[in-house]
Amino acid sequence: MTDDDRVFKALADPTRRFLLDRLFARDGRTLTELESELEMTRFGVMKHLRLLEEAGLVVTRRQGREKLHYLNPVPIRLVHDRWIDKFTERRVSALTDLKRQLEEESA
Amino acid sequence: MTSTMMSNAAPDIGTTTQVYRVFIKATPQKIWDAITKPEWTQKFGYGLRDEFELRPGGKYRGYANEGMKAMGMDGVIVDGEVIEADPPRKLVMTWRMAIDPSMAAEGFTRLTYEIEEGRGGVSRLSVIHDLAGRPGHAAMVAGDKQGPGTGGGWIWILDDLKSLLETGSSLAQNVEWK
Repeated sequence: MTDDDRVFKALADPTRRFLLDRLFARDGRTLTELESELEMTRFGVMKHLRLLEEAGLVVTRRQGREKLHYLNPVPIRLVHDRWIDKFTERRVSALTDLKRQLEEESA
Repeated sequence: MTSTMMSNAAPDIGTTTQVYRVFIKATPQKIWDAITKPEWTQKFGYGLRDEFELRPGGKYRGYANEGMKAMGMDGVIVDGEVIEADPPRKLVMTWRMAIDPSMAAEGFTRLTYEIEEGRGGVSRLSVIHDLAGRPGHAAMVAGDKQGPGTGGGWIWILDDLKSLLETGSSLAQNVEWK
């Protein structure tokens, strides 16, 4: 599996998107905090967090006795820049062409 | 679960640490040089000319690039002090936006770079930015000050650094302004 595959797979699940959403709202949370917002077993939440971590979307740091989870948005940007941009580029250049054409007409 | 939608609510920044991580196909030494040597720091991200005294207590200054000078911004843009320098693995420093008086008044933030060598010539770069009690800096490095959807901040800097080290040219250099 490539890095991109792991990101897409991680994002393909609503529970994992919800976990990212919670970290976006407030970063640096413990498993216990994240678990309290989901109707799911601790084991289930851990499994989802592990997949997010493998995709690089969540980074954990130890702080004292606690393990804190942080949202890492860099892989999403990389997927966007190197993969999705390829398809949106054409639309953007079509718009700049249109702009040029209209400006030339009004000149 | 109450919602499965990605919320657009403003994140609660400024109360915590921000952590960013990127995998780069480059040696730890190349990444270290890109972060600490002025000939490299000018090639990616905001393109500041960074000057480090790489020893505990050493000065750090990020100077304006040519584009900033053309806009009337000159001299020291960011400043700080080196806390720990362990090339090419770890750099701990303080960091502050010096050019903007309201930001400078917030005081220094604590910034840590960690570089770990992985398999297949790929290294892992982690940026840990402690921004507790520094909401202005937190918003800036999160990219918020650049306007929605336009990026900026650490995400963009690290994306750009990856491009520079893997392809030889940064994203900033590739953008063609029409």
